Amino acid sequence: MGEKVRSRSIVFPGDLIAEGSFRAGAYTYTEGNKIFSSVFGLCEIKNRVVNIIPLQGFYIPRVGDNVIGVIIDNSPTSWQVDINSPYIAVLQFSDALSKPVDVAREDIRRYLKSGDVILAEVIAFDKLRSPLLSIKGKDLGKLENGTLITFSPVKVPRLIGRRGSMINMIKKELSCKIIMGRNGRIWISSTDPQIVNLVRKIISLVEEESHLPGLTDKVKSLIVKERGNIDR
Amino acid sequence: MSGKKRLIDENGLRVDGRRWNELRPLKIEVGILSNVDGSARIIQGKTHILVGVYGPRESFAKHVSLPDRSVVRCRYRMAPFSVEERKSPAPSRREIELSKVIREALEPAILVEEFPRTIIDIFIEVLEADGGTRCASITAASVALADAGIPMKDLVAACAVGKADGKLIVDLSDMEDKYGEADVPVAIMPNKNIITLLQMDGTLTSDEFNALLQLAMKGCKRIHEVQRKALKDGFGEIKNLVLEE
Repeated sequence: MGEKVRSRSIVFPGDLIAEGSFRAGAYTYTEGNKIFSSVFGLCEIKNRVVNIIPLQGFYIPRVGDNVIGVIIDNSPTSWQVDINSPYIAVLQFSDALSKPVDVAREDIRRYLKSGDVILAEVIAFDKLRSPLLSIKGKDLGKLENGTLITFSPVKVPRLIGRRGSMINMIKKELSCKIIMGRNGRIWISSTDPQIVNLVRKIISLVEEESHLPGLTDKVKSLIVKERGNIDR
Repeated sequence: MSGKKRLIDENGLRVDGRRWNELRPLKIEVGILSNVDGSARIIQGKTHILVGVYGPRESFAKHVSLPDRSVVRCRYRMAPFSVEERKSPAPSRREIELSKVIREALEPAILVEEFPRTIIDIFIEVLEADGGTRCASITAASVALADAGIPMKDLVAACAVGKADGKLIVDLSDMEDKYGEADVPVAIMPNKNIITLLQMDGTLTSDEFNALLQLAMKGCKRIHEVQRKALKDGFGEIKNLVLEE
């Protein structure tokens, strides 16, 4: 009975985490009253809830998430959107356009075409059907004049930081608009290669050291150092 | 069957100088390929294998996927230069069979019900073969799956045991496999003691078989330790862990 591993320790698939009156959270599975880890990651036991924070992984859509997608195709009623996930998302015309369109008369690519980048909200998903997106909402829609960077979706919480501390600091220091998608994509409203390169450096630092302390300070000093080079 | 070849000398040492219960030097590395979702390399003695894993991802051939679970596909392939005599690059009967056997050894460990309508692709490339490739492939593929972040019940560790010159031995090399009396590849889920692969080639008494199974379990547990270490090392320095949000 009780916890079998220390909270915040590293666990592997199949490791027994806790036994008894615990609740199984993300990336765990149960056998009787035993809770096991199902991935390689860090174990977190808080208020008798067992969660595993994976060190590698992919994005599983959740209703309400804001994601950055890339249009890959269109059908007579919808667009197919790559959201950096095992599942390809669907954006129906009715969830994108304010008035109905007649596909027979109008070229739908006027609105969105393959390769376009959108910020969308996941409005429905249950694994049995493709995730549904909507771009009707504040700040949602097509993203233009910027650069898209894709990274590991499991690092998103770290890049946001505690109550947004990391991402807000980056936004402030770089003074350019940055949009985060929960699916491991980031949109920088800048085509300045130096800014884009700096963001890439920040992301690779976060990816490599996401589990180490003092990351916000490290990122800040990286920005300060690199910005000196950019100004000159 | 053993003919004139001597596989174990008067000091009890095997052709490569190992004792009967000794594993070959084993090295596993993860995350060595950048275009796949998870990867691993295993070097076990002279056997050298590369594994890449994609997925879970939506299948482009929709008829392949299933509505209630993820489909695991596996391809085991030997490079033409992996054996002494050039191997034809066309898939052989043996390769197709091993692909199936390896998939069936890994599938029980993967939580396939969590990702319906998707496929998981495992590509195994044998660069150098010196016996025990099916076991090494399973060991490495399971690490590559964990590296891809795919949820699993447990890792799968595999180890071959057998009999040569009348003695029971662990982790057979190519010579011992070819000229020995028996070869028993075993794969298990080490935390659960569940066998996911058990094959036998040759002749054994039931007592010998039971003894070998115990040896295989022990061998797999040792390999499991190396698997865990590989995953951990692949992630760099892990101490003073911090969790946020």
